Amino acid sequence: MEPWWISLIKAAIIVNLVMVTFAYLTWLERKGLGRLQNRYGPNRAGPFGLLQPIADLVKLVRKEAFAPSSAIAVPYILAPIVSMFTALAAFSVIPWGPGWRIYHWNVTGEVVNVPISLLLIFALGSIGIYGFIVGGWASESKYSLLGSMRTCAQLVSYEVSLALSVLGVVILGRSLSLVDIVHRQGTTLPFVVPQFVGLLVFFFAGIAETSRAPFDLPEAEQELVAGYHTEYSGMRWGLFQTAEYINLITLSGLMVTLFFSGWHGPWNLGPIWFLLKLLGVLFAFIWLRATLPRLRYDQLMRFGWKVLLPVATINALVTAIVVAAT
Amino acid sequence: MSPQPVSTLKGFAVTFRQILKKPITQQYPEERRPLYPRFRGRHRLWTHENGLEKCVGCSLCAAACPADCIRVVAAENTPDNRVSAGERYARIYEINMSRCIFCGYCELACPFDAITLGNEFELSEHNRDDQIYTKDMLLAEPMKKIPIADPAIFDTPIPYYKSDS
Repeated sequence: MEPWWISLIKAAIIVNLVMVTFAYLTWLERKGLGRLQNRYGPNRAGPFGLLQPIADLVKLVRKEAFAPSSAIAVPYILAPIVSMFTALAAFSVIPWGPGWRIYHWNVTGEVVNVPISLLLIFALGSIGIYGFIVGGWASESKYSLLGSMRTCAQLVSYEVSLALSVLGVVILGRSLSLVDIVHRQGTTLPFVVPQFVGLLVFFFAGIAETSRAPFDLPEAEQELVAGYHTEYSGMRWGLFQTAEYINLITLSGLMVTLFFSGWHGPWNLGPIWFLLKLLGVLFAFIWLRATLPRLRYDQLMRFGWKVLLPVATINALVTAIVVAAT
Repeated sequence: MSPQPVSTLKGFAVTFRQILKKPITQQYPEERRPLYPRFRGRHRLWTHENGLEKCVGCSLCAAACPADCIRVVAAENTPDNRVSAGERYARIYEINMSRCIFCGYCELACPFDAITLGNEFELSEHNRDDQIYTKDMLLAEPMKKIPIADPAIFDTPIPYYKSDS
């Protein structure tokens, strides 16, 4: 057992790493999206636009955090904080390395190893949705309220498929702990192979869950003012946006952990493999955004309930039967 | 038309192929496209070859201006202070560039071709007061040189949309 302060140091490192990843994910997305659409993307701030995230942060922090006078103060201010907190906390259970022996302490490759870490991630994700709902409601604006209703309808619908799609992995891994699931994939094949359908459902539900194109109806930047964060500006808006991106990183990390055998890979590179796989998944998300047009709302709901949910259920059932039979 | 999932996958190939191409964006401040020769930019006041101003302070440009951005105050030429070729000259000649709509009516109204519209278009300032161009500024040679396309390409007797080529 490692002393409590090692966990604290690891938590500090992970929080900062996730924030840096977030900052450069925005750069990567804008740059990658630009190249996919035959343009440059940010290239003014620093070489290759590398200082762009810092410039954006400075701009957001300095901007006045305007609040409507009719807004309900406490939930209005608390909502982005809740979203941000849950988004950051969810990354704590994702294992990014095999664990090392430093001096005479055994340092594990994750911040905490809870036996129900998969459930914890989904629970934190569900609490994060409250941030979006409450934020829209507390702004006392009809556009924000409608936006938050739209957001929560989408997120709640797709959460079901998302949770069901990992059931196959849980059955194969015989554990709810991400650490155990990764260890199991190290001995056998990565779970992409037996759980390819699960991966597809997880991927599509994940896009909807992080509200990204083509399922970005909560914001729909070309069509609407904004969604639940219409009345937010400055760093409060920035926190919502950060939460969205960190949710994306967490989801990609979860996808790497559950389906692509986490940090396992040739030559025992550990965290480097995790990072490479994470970048690959993130690129898939960016590529998808550059390619597909936005769905209509009824198409979104139909796809969620009539396609993803049955497929996820059948996948879980078939996996259960196959595992029980063998 | 291929079936829908196939064409969706084809779309992914299309977007991916763009990574390998050079972006078509023109990086504006470094890379300037030549201007159309008749482009109407910032104004210019002209002088005769002997140094006398062409403007005689008649205020016809100010009268023609739909945006009301030109201010002319005329004064008499005297033998020891001869500024223009005519009887009077423009003591004050100001154009408020934040109001100007670059319609070119001043150019048309001027009987002496004293004012023309040039090619300069980068007229941003930090201060609104700096947008008021005085006579000295308008008389001076423009500082920024912008490449201008060859007029022969554009000023053809037959408009391009009527010609065969």
